[in-house]
Amino acid sequence: MKVLQRLAVLVMLCLPSLAQALPDDLGQQLLKGSWTEREQLASTLASSPDALSLKAAQLWLDGELFVLKSSKQLVLSVKEDKRYRVTDLVSGADLGLHKKRAIKKVPLNNKLRGLLRTTLSLQNLQSPNKDLRREAIENLLGDTSAESLALLNQVQQQEQNTDLQALIATGLAVDALESGTPQEQIKAAQQLGDSNHPVAAQALLAQQANTDDQALLAAINKSLADIEQRRRFYGAIENTFFGLSLGSVLLLSAIGLAITFGVMGVINMAHGEMIMLGAYTTFVVQSLLPDHIGASLFISLPLAFLVAGATGVLIERTVIRHLYGRPLETLLATFGVSLILQQAVRSIFSPLNQSVITPEWMSGSIVINEMLSLTVNRVVVIGFSLAVFLGLLFVLKYTRAGLSMRAVTQNRAMASSMGIRTGQVDALTFGLGSGIAGIAGVALSQLTNVGPNLGQNYIIDSFMVVVFGGVGNLWGTFVAAMGLGIVNKFIEPWAGAVIAKILVLVFIILFIQKRPRGLFALKGRAIES
Amino acid sequence: MVESTHGKSIPDDTLLYLDSVTVSFDGFKALNDLSLLIRKGELRAMIGPNGAGKSTMMDVITGKTRPDEGKVLYRQADNSSADTDLTRFDEAAVANMGIGRKFQKPSVIESLTVWENLELALAGRRSPFATLFHRIDQTDEQKISDTLDLIHLAERRDDLGANLSHGQKQWLEIGMLLLQEPELLLVDEPAAGMTDEETFRTADLLREIARERSVVVVEHDMEFIRALDCRVTVLHEGHVLAEGSLDHVQNNQQVIDVYLGR
Amino acid sequence: MTTKLQGGSVTRLLLNDRGGRWFLATLAIATVLVLALNLLVPESSPLHVSTYMVTLLGKYLCYGLLALALDLVWGYCGILSLGHGAFFALGGYAMGMYLMRQIGDRGVYGNPDLPDFMVFLDWQTLPWYWQGFDQFWFAALMVLLVPGVLAFLFGWLAFRSRVTGVYLSIITQALTYALMLMFFQNDFGFGGNNGLTDFKDILGFDLQADSTRAVLFLLSSLALIAGYLLCRALVNSRYGRVLVAVRDAESRTRFLGYRVEHFKLLAFVVSAMLAGIAGALYVPQVGIINPGEFSPINSIELVIWVAIGGRGTLFGAVIGALMVSYAKTWFTGAFPEVWLFALGALFVVSTLWLPKGLVGVVGPVLERWRTHRQQPALKEVADHG
Repeated sequence: MKVLQRLAVLVMLCLPSLAQALPDDLGQQLLKGSWTEREQLASTLASSPDALSLKAAQLWLDGELFVLKSSKQLVLSVKEDKRYRVTDLVSGADLGLHKKRAIKKVPLNNKLRGLLRTTLSLQNLQSPNKDLRREAIENLLGDTSAESLALLNQVQQQEQNTDLQALIATGLAVDALESGTPQEQIKAAQQLGDSNHPVAAQALLAQQANTDDQALLAAINKSLADIEQRRRFYGAIENTFFGLSLGSVLLLSAIGLAITFGVMGVINMAHGEMIMLGAYTTFVVQSLLPDHIGASLFISLPLAFLVAGATGVLIERTVIRHLYGRPLETLLATFGVSLILQQAVRSIFSPLNQSVITPEWMSGSIVINEMLSLTVNRVVVIGFSLAVFLGLLFVLKYTRAGLSMRAVTQNRAMASSMGIRTGQVDALTFGLGSGIAGIAGVALSQLTNVGPNLGQNYIIDSFMVVVFGGVGNLWGTFVAAMGLGIVNKFIEPWAGAVIAKILVLVFIILFIQKRPRGLFALKGRAIES
Repeated sequence: MVESTHGKSIPDDTLLYLDSVTVSFDGFKALNDLSLLIRKGELRAMIGPNGAGKSTMMDVITGKTRPDEGKVLYRQADNSSADTDLTRFDEAAVANMGIGRKFQKPSVIESLTVWENLELALAGRRSPFATLFHRIDQTDEQKISDTLDLIHLAERRDDLGANLSHGQKQWLEIGMLLLQEPELLLVDEPAAGMTDEETFRTADLLREIARERSVVVVEHDMEFIRALDCRVTVLHEGHVLAEGSLDHVQNNQQVIDVYLGR
Repeated sequence: MTTKLQGGSVTRLLLNDRGGRWFLATLAIATVLVLALNLLVPESSPLHVSTYMVTLLGKYLCYGLLALALDLVWGYCGILSLGHGAFFALGGYAMGMYLMRQIGDRGVYGNPDLPDFMVFLDWQTLPWYWQGFDQFWFAALMVLLVPGVLAFLFGWLAFRSRVTGVYLSIITQALTYALMLMFFQNDFGFGGNNGLTDFKDILGFDLQADSTRAVLFLLSSLALIAGYLLCRALVNSRYGRVLVAVRDAESRTRFLGYRVEHFKLLAFVVSAMLAGIAGALYVPQVGIINPGEFSPINSIELVIWVAIGGRGTLFGAVIGALMVSYAKTWFTGAFPEVWLFALGALFVVSTLWLPKGLVGVVGPVLERWRTHRQQPALKEVADHG
């Protein structure tokens, strides 16, 4: 604690003198000085509280610190066709292109390396920033030198965060396993069995090959088994997560179809293109508002719903309306529509894929522990698909529009005689299904390439999901999407992605033979006829 | 003599025996422990309100629907000793055992001519390869011509099924049924949509047919039932409510209650 | 004597098939004409038909045979297969494998046994499923058997469990989609992405030679004529009437005692084999077969050929195939951007306004014109009499 306070005071004292923190002749000293002088400079730089000094030390350690021979300035350099673009370290000013001869790398040897690393580590280990501390500890984990051990011991007392404490303990245990007394080794082996960090398993395996001590071997084997078991467990969770994520994609792409095909009985082969329209809407919104990428998805959602929904209504009113009761003809006509939409997108935008940017808030991942982390965009898509699904259930069940839709689909003549305008309801239902496909497109634009063929890639999958789940049953679609997603991801590790997909297709083809009406078939006379 | 599940004995001249058949759709029992017996050469009328289970009963007999419980025993003409449980066979097999069915909605092949419809129904081997090399012979042609006369469609033999009137389609379907040469005919609402005159002619036709075969007729039209002049079974909620002559049934208090909704 | 008998039965087949007679006659005359103009007329003459054109027409004829195959199941039995391209492609691959083996050591790598792509993948031996394809008779057998067996297995499962209508359409589409994914795999052993190509000769004849091209064209035409007669014989028999009954009233047909699934299965298998033959004739003419032939859009495009021409007429399907394919060639040459718009519009127009296809529109017009022409003639006869 005291150290930290003192550091803080130091930092505050040094702040105004940032610019002068590096002596002007530093470059000269680094190039011409003896190794001992360099060591002194290194420890000064690396233990200095000043950011620029630390940066210089880090660059030196990484072998990226240069001196421009002519002016003895400390510089960075990047290769640009056969020559080097050189920038001043202190001011960041561009010093132009130079030949390789004009610059010299600051010399480095193993001793310097160790010195720089430990000193820098200590700096980072004491940083108030938790992530920096974690990184510093991670750096020490694989390193079994006496210095790093000393560092770990030193910070163990200071560290307050329990996660980091555990990490330090792992590091110390790795060390104890390698060089402790037999009792300490056994204890360390047992302790490492609880760690999820890859270094624990590595150390255990290394020691397993080296030792003859039966008691130690037993402890190591038990710990390895524990780790393996946990690895499997988290692997299964991760697979399930991937499965749910794929399932959500399937659900999103199929759910609009579940309405148009499942509820209305209309085979809409242009459904995939509705998804495509949604994805392109996102692209257009992002190109129009390049400064608001973070908000672009929220703006795109209602727009995509409107664009795809309106296209859907248009298709229903001009084509499908004339084909009710002729499912095969509907299939062909809507396929024609899908070709037209694809070509339209190709002509307006380009045949190439467009890049849709993932907003800041959707990138990165949530780290659960060292064995399991979940990417944010997938988590968002899973949550989003659930929201869309529940929202749709709500609309169909509890709103007047939903009531009319169900009435018309169940008994058209009766609904019509009760004053419901069946034509309007048909158009609305179809618009709703298409609009939801548009929304799905916004979400999918974050996961796949946005191009004219986007829709085609999803149409067969979507149909499979709806048919597998049982036509006319939204819950069936839900279960089918998630089930197929998970099954697919569990087959993938041993069969490969394409074979997994083929196996799932074949499975569904066979399944439909057994239960032609899907998982959750409605039974009864009305359905038979 | 065969014993039913209820321990009752079944007479020797039984053709079809439904033994405690139950069918349910999502919890709704379309047939509820239905037992029914049809004798050889019998003409039987079945009535009952909507949803009483008449069509489901036909579906069960013809192998379209599998019952949850119960058997449908059928005694074929050629082997009177062993009974066949129809619930184990599909529609085509049941049809080939000699049970013909006419649907409620007239169902003829619309893009074939009247003659071709009848030819299709003609008894004979039914495998694809047999039909591939089939040539119609004189006796078959005679049979079709006779049937055409019987169903009053001789003049329209070359017209497409689609161009017949509703009543004519009903007759054509009955004609097709006859050419199948079945033991048992199941006829669902033959008089629906017919004029009075056609109705009576249909009743005559069915009585005529019943001389050689067993016929079960489902019908709503009481005049038609009266014209059939046969034993009547009343179905209600998947169960037999009453059975006997039309007068007997019509005076049954339970039947009156059901029909008047009391 | 035999020929006379055959001639007799062919006449009987076409007795009530005026359109079919016209179609076959036109096809036969056109075939002879094209061959004559290609082989006998010198290249300098404006009447000369180039070998490129002969091959193009041969390709169309293969499409025609494919359309015919689809019309048998769709037009007469109500089975809308959205995966018929798969059978075509399988037949094509079987022929492609033969042609591949014929290359021998003339490939880039000069390996006498292994096709180039296998050498490239560093395979040491020929996979078992490539055995036998160096024999033409074996390949020819596979052209029939592979699509036939697949159709049999698939149809047996589907028809037995009464998968009908759009459900059947969708799973046939899934079938061809799954096959496409499979054939795209490199380690599946059929050349992956690139498929099979660089063929040299067939039965010892150079594939690039004009005479070989002409013979292939002639064979395509003969196959189409034979296929037409076979399909006509099928639909004219009592079997064909049962098919129509299945299409119009499946359940009624069952209650008549017909095993609907067996009837569908036979038609489906025959149709798949015809499609296989079409594919086998197609591949040596275009010189390549790749997994793209399995793509669902190909199968759906084929459906539109039949729909445009007029389903349930056999010759209508062929005419549709020839017309749409020609339109495609022309459009993709002149206005490539417009082709998909045109094709899409064809789908919509044909379903909305041409439910019976072109034959359904032109047929009645011709009929009326004929009766108009005959009536005065009859009157004349009556006046004279």
